Amino acid sequence: MNQLARAHTALALLAMDPALGGLVIRARAGAVRDAVLAALPPHTRLRPAMGAEALEGGIDVSATLSSGTLTQTRGLLARSGAFVLAMAERAEPYLAARLAATLDAEGARILIALDEGIGEEALPPALSDRLAFRVDLEDCALGDITPAPIWPAPALLAQVCTPDDLAHTLVLLAVRLGITSLRAVGFALRATRAHAALMGRLEPIEDDMTAAVALVFAHRATQLPAQQEDAPNDSPPEEPQTPPDEEHQESLPQDIMLDAVLAALPPDLLAKLNAGGTDRGASGSGAGQKKIGNRRGRPLPARDGGPAQGRVDLIATLRAAIPWQTLRAREAPHRTGPHIRAIDLRRKRYVDLSDRLLIFTVDASGSAAMARMGEAKGAIELLLAEAYARRDHVALIAFRGAGAEMLLEPTRSLVQTKRKLADLPGGGATPLAAGLLAALAMAQQARRKGLTPTIITLTDGRANMALDGTANRAEASADARTAARALCAARVEAIVIDTGRKSEPALMQIADIIGGSYLPLPRADARSLSTAVTRALED
Amino acid sequence: MKQPFPFSAIVGQEDMKRAMILTAIDPGIGGVLVFGDRGTGKSTAVRALAALLPPIAAVKGCPVNAARRADCPDWAVIAGDEMHEIPTPVVDLPLGASEDRVTGALDIEKALTNGEKAFQPGLLARANRGYLYIDEVNLLEDHIVDLLLDVAQSGENVVEREGLSIRHAARFVLVGSGNPEEGELRPQLLDRFGLSVDVASPTDIEQRIEVIKRRDAYENDYTAFMVRWQAEDAMLRDRITAARVALKQLDTPEQSLRDVAELCIALGSDGLRGELTLLKAARAYAAFRDDTALTRGHIRDVAALALRHRMRRDPLDDAGSGTRVARIVAETLGS
Repeated sequence: MNQLARAHTALALLAMDPALGGLVIRARAGAVRDAVLAALPPHTRLRPAMGAEALEGGIDVSATLSSGTLTQTRGLLARSGAFVLAMAERAEPYLAARLAATLDAEGARILIALDEGIGEEALPPALSDRLAFRVDLEDCALGDITPAPIWPAPALLAQVCTPDDLAHTLVLLAVRLGITSLRAVGFALRATRAHAALMGRLEPIEDDMTAAVALVFAHRATQLPAQQEDAPNDSPPEEPQTPPDEEHQESLPQDIMLDAVLAALPPDLLAKLNAGGTDRGASGSGAGQKKIGNRRGRPLPARDGGPAQGRVDLIATLRAAIPWQTLRAREAPHRTGPHIRAIDLRRKRYVDLSDRLLIFTVDASGSAAMARMGEAKGAIELLLAEAYARRDHVALIAFRGAGAEMLLEPTRSLVQTKRKLADLPGGGATPLAAGLLAALAMAQQARRKGLTPTIITLTDGRANMALDGTANRAEASADARTAARALCAARVEAIVIDTGRKSEPALMQIADIIGGSYLPLPRADARSLSTAVTRALED
Repeated sequence: MKQPFPFSAIVGQEDMKRAMILTAIDPGIGGVLVFGDRGTGKSTAVRALAALLPPIAAVKGCPVNAARRADCPDWAVIAGDEMHEIPTPVVDLPLGASEDRVTGALDIEKALTNGEKAFQPGLLARANRGYLYIDEVNLLEDHIVDLLLDVAQSGENVVEREGLSIRHAARFVLVGSGNPEEGELRPQLLDRFGLSVDVASPTDIEQRIEVIKRRDAYENDYTAFMVRWQAEDAMLRDRITAARVALKQLDTPEQSLRDVAELCIALGSDGLRGELTLLKAARAYAAFRDDTALTRGHIRDVAALALRHRMRRDPLDDAGSGTRVARIVAETLGS
């Protein structure tokens, strides 16, 4: 089943049983996505920037002011029908939580989330967990577009029965695929029934189950079942082994369903799973990461200006209007209620401190690499544990051999850090320039998200690997200085920590070019490291 | 409208259920924090809790659900002394709630239409004598957290803004839930929760299947399912009511106080709040079990709930704090 056909099936299932929650469509805006959305009945479109007032309703300012009686607007969430959330990857925790609560409260609402994320960007997990389906239309071409299929006479969903062992089979399959959320199993159960109803059957058959698990489980898988991974290393394929102590009878339908899931696995996920990087499925967004300041937070005094420039502060507006009431009432004696003119309008302003992001850029080269990485990891965990009040996020980039690698994306979660930093690679040459540039790229990305980045570089030696991958000390040092100048130009705060036994003049020079501080810290351990960083940041 | 999923029908998650029952018996324990993965029934349990709580008597029309006419705030316009019975309030505090909505603010409707300066009570007023539930509590805005900390401490909400000067009682039990992967909680807020629970998806296959089956029955065979489980809920509610009475007569031997103190010292939990909470929780647990005196067994069973989140964190220790509590409880009180 290609992705477009999956999308059509998913929408048909949602129409059959809205309790399936919804569908994530991962695709850029374009004709393919529009073609899928065209099949939707009338719906309400939501945007990530919508605030509480738009969602929950509030006072209709212009109607209230002109009529002199209170007029309420109805919030978008109060409307009936499906929701379409555009640019879902930008949804803030508030919107995600609010939508999640709406979906939880009323079983009959569906949400179509349009995810235009690039790379790791995705919609908040609290929301995607509540939507049964996900399709990826990135690779669909215009020529693939087909009209939505006509389904055979659908049966009544309420009359479709549930096979006795279905729950059992689905739970076992979920466990084998490493899917922990029980919501997914519930969705698969519903999807099986809805698919049967769609096909006009009152009793689900194998086709219904395979279709359901392919739609619900495939994108949620965090591991491949054990025998799949072990097969190549085990005995030669000529002598197939009987599955160890598993009841053959029972595992048969499961295997068919498993094949269905495997066939539907998104290619990038399959690659990741095969590489052994299982991510444990739960890649939390790292809270606050997507939060851009200055939109909420502590309110500042309101300022004058029309409604076009922001949200109207009613209280301040009223206060501004009060002194004129008597005068204006004389001018328009027939009107009741307060007299408010455009000149009275005040708009809201907010201030929110932006969070800090500490980017640890760690030299993973040479023999001391393992120890240094271990201490850096310890320091990161200590900083995270001690720093919640300061609202710091941390990230880790390691550089060794030919280049730099991001080991931990910006996060504030200690749990996630522990999971991701379980084992760290080490050894090889020292591509300092590559490390600095990777850190700079991350710093700039973080700035766009409203964070204040600080780069902390840990190394004990001189650069010996140039940007182009040649092992040349002179060129490598020149590259490192160029990278340092780029950091300086970007005005990124930086700390260079020298873990070598005696201080290295070349590193001092680099720190000087960046305009950051240089800290010699031989035999740094996790605690001294975190103390030094904290102190340097407080200066 | 559909009633929420019944509390008794939640499969497993004994710690979470026990913690919620204990706060229902003695609200003085001070709330529950539920931390865990997605899809483990955190929100379901909190929403189900409301059905377990015995109703309260309140002055009719009082915005803060006061129990006596004298306790009603002076700014409220109340017609008479009539009392009525209401379900214990369980108020949702949504993540994006503004300060206005939480504390209450100038009543804009009255200000606009009549030019009158009146106070519109917020969520804190509604939650008085009941529960305040915050889903995704670790994502709550800082200034709202500060405000909650202050009110939870003083039991009184003070509003000084927009020319208003208002105060009213705001005593509530905080219930929070969240996913630790999305961020940590400030220690000060952590400390305000009496009990804390870590939940995870059940690992037992049979249990997982039972979860799916019950959920399915709730959605597809609603009436029969509710008849079956609401009866269980009613029995549980009766046990809670009985335990509230029994709690007053419960004996607390000297030895138990000593046990609690020793345990807290051995664990190095910060402050006395841990000791008080542990004692209250153990007493409520004993009352729930219909025992006449507090014993070491009761303390042992609730120690992790009351103390887990109060220990100094050692981020370099990979074992969860629950495991550490269990180890020290076994060392101090024997197993």
